[in-house]
Amino acid sequence: MSQAMADAMSPPFPAERGLDVYNKKLGMWIFLASEVMFFGALIGSYVILRFGAPGEWARPGVVLNIKITAFNTFLLICSSVSMVKAYASIADGDPKKMKFWLLMTILGGACFVGIQVFEYIHLVERGFLPSGVREGSELAELVTAGTLPGATMGLYGSTFFTMTGFHGFHVTCGVLSMLYLYLTKALPGKFTTTDYAGIEVVGLYWHFVDLVWIILFTIVYLV
Amino acid sequence: MSTVAAAAHTAHAHHDDRSFIRKYIFSTDHKIIGIQFLFLSLFFLLVGGILAMQIRWQLGFPGKPMPGGTLLPETMAPGGVILPEYYIQLVTMHGTFMVFFAIMLLLVGVYANFLIPLKIGAHDMAFPRINMASFWSAVASGIVMLASMYVPDGAARAGWTMYVPLSAREDLSGAALGQQLWSVSIILFGLSSVLGSLNYITTVINNRAPGMTWFRMPLSIWALFITAILGLLAVPVLAGAAIMLLFEQVLGTHFFDPASGGQALLWQHLFWFFGHPEVYILILPAMGMVSDMIANGSRKPIFGYHSMVFAICGIAFLGWIVWGHHMFVSGMNPTLGSSFMVSTLLIAVPSAIKVFNWMGTMWRGNLRFHVPMLNAIGFVAMFTIGGLSGIFMAATPVDMFIHDTYFIVAHIHYVLFGGSLFAIFGAIAYWFPKMFGRMMSERWGKVHFWLTMVFYNCTFFPMHIIGMAGHMRRLYDPTIYDFLKPVQPMNEFISWSAFALFASQAIFFVNFWWSMFKGEKAPLNPWEDNGLEWTLPSPAPHGNWETPPTVYRGPYEFSAPGVSEDYLPQTKKLPTDREPALTPAGGH
Repeated sequence: MSQAMADAMSPPFPAERGLDVYNKKLGMWIFLASEVMFFGALIGSYVILRFGAPGEWARPGVVLNIKITAFNTFLLICSSVSMVKAYASIADGDPKKMKFWLLMTILGGACFVGIQVFEYIHLVERGFLPSGVREGSELAELVTAGTLPGATMGLYGSTFFTMTGFHGFHVTCGVLSMLYLYLTKALPGKFTTTDYAGIEVVGLYWHFVDLVWIILFTIVYLV
Repeated sequence: MSTVAAAAHTAHAHHDDRSFIRKYIFSTDHKIIGIQFLFLSLFFLLVGGILAMQIRWQLGFPGKPMPGGTLLPETMAPGGVILPEYYIQLVTMHGTFMVFFAIMLLLVGVYANFLIPLKIGAHDMAFPRINMASFWSAVASGIVMLASMYVPDGAARAGWTMYVPLSAREDLSGAALGQQLWSVSIILFGLSSVLGSLNYITTVINNRAPGMTWFRMPLSIWALFITAILGLLAVPVLAGAAIMLLFEQVLGTHFFDPASGGQALLWQHLFWFFGHPEVYILILPAMGMVSDMIANGSRKPIFGYHSMVFAICGIAFLGWIVWGHHMFVSGMNPTLGSSFMVSTLLIAVPSAIKVFNWMGTMWRGNLRFHVPMLNAIGFVAMFTIGGLSGIFMAATPVDMFIHDTYFIVAHIHYVLFGGSLFAIFGAIAYWFPKMFGRMMSERWGKVHFWLTMVFYNCTFFPMHIIGMAGHMRRLYDPTIYDFLKPVQPMNEFISWSAFALFASQAIFFVNFWWSMFKGEKAPLNPWEDNGLEWTLPSPAPHGNWETPPTVYRGPYEFSAPGVSEDYLPQTKKLPTDREPALTPAGGH
């Protein structure tokens, strides 16, 4: 962060500052700590339930579409890269490029959510619900055939939808926040090389959401 | 707000042309938000108390029609006789309202908001609009929780600890919408709490006035800061658990359902991993404010300031690794039980350090028994009793017998009422002048304190005894058990004392509301205290200071040598004081 930006972000009066981080950024880091605990509760529960499950867990790829979700993961990671590029652009004093990269990030995030929603609809059609497998559905037939373990499908559905659902909710909030910033500050040119805290702070949030997804993708889809 | 003399006003105020709505309803001013939380939480304290009165009626006079009981619906109390289904709702909602909406909001919502910027020399919180959002989401949460009592099937009824499967299954509890609303309310409350915490933490780290170093902060602020960290990290776990519980009922998930591979114990672990740091959230701010009030009332520096800070940190840290002591009877491996026993017993050490230090502060002090001091001393005595009963519970073999008995209820109420609530009564009287520009009545404050102290002990001390006799928690009718018949007279005595205790609180409520409009006008510094807030007019103006004050010393310089008065404000510059190494407006 440039010295000029640091000066602009500090309050205009002398203060006994505990950390050399401006308030908005410190606030976001602290908020992310609470989010770690929240996702930790959900993911920790998943780990406990899976390890303590009364039978085998469904094999990867039978219920969930790994290929599409892998693309989605790549998309989200790319949107993190475009976020960094947006941040770097405004830090270097190029608002035009920043607007472009921010827009790319928003589009990437929106596509991620869109693909997730599409996937959810498809899963529900095939009979996958938070309560497990719907009777008479395509997946129910796989259970009867023995391809899917009936004893743990309830847990599988519960944990899958809760974890990915809340992640999707957080991505959506991120997209909306970035859109808000884009429309109210980026487009009217309110971000300058000495004041781009909004970009940095929303960028932190966005990287966090990406990190959580990488963890989720691994432990829910791949394992 | 009462008007202040023009001369004093111009020295500090900004030009304030906000509308009434922006000034008092949708305010971003931390002091107004603190006062809003005060009104909200006192309302919920009353709600919790009314629920308690009904519980005590049933326990003292089982099966008898309750006065006013005919006002209740037939499904709850036909002919005024409380039904078991209603009784467990009373017990559940009493705990829920008191823990979340009374004590948490009173300690954190009110005093973190009101005191932090004032006592560290900041204009306001780091994020004033997020602060406002925190208040209004707490209001939404409270409305949802109240609404849950009025739905056709009634409120949640699995105890404030909401153990599954009773809480998750409508077929077992009879509660559907009421239970779901409980979960929704808790999620909203969690949001409010986290938004508040991140504000308090950021403000304390970065917005302190020049010279207000970490170890010159008052202990109330240290306690509120550490509490905010606890809340930040623990409350999201509760939110996650509440979401899972909500999904269990609404979406048919199977997290806690053994028939489908879920685990009922998972709820207990999630809840208590939150729940134990939660109880330190419920006591630490009280301890911090008590330190301020006792140092002031003793006209002496707090004894062992640094160890008080480290004790707060120690209690907060250890609080994360003791949650299993709420689950000793759940069938856990005894070795695991012993490790929780050891860590729990360890918490007694920093707690005891604090108690001894409060006594050390008072020792040979020039004691002033004003209302806040009385309540603070009451806190120390009652908290000590509550802490001592905690030692019994920490010992796993003993807990086997006293778990889920009234011995636990006694402990809870000694630390929460005898502890937190007395501290709150003291804090309300102490900072009332800075909030409203008037003093509460000292005489009626003392009457309230003594009546409360007597009736409170009469209500809760016997609970230790009936608990040891085996009187279970959340029990509808003790008289159906032969072994409890001998202690039923004690139940009656407790109930009468509880009614008297509740009635005594009318003195506090009348004192509070009457003094707000008719109380004696307050001077700048009625308690002759050293904190920064006492250099501002009463009530403090919007924005607090034009420029932040400079701090030259710690907050407990009472009876300092070489000073004519027995107090020495933090901002008063003596000839021997140096200016703090001013951090320039770039903040490095």
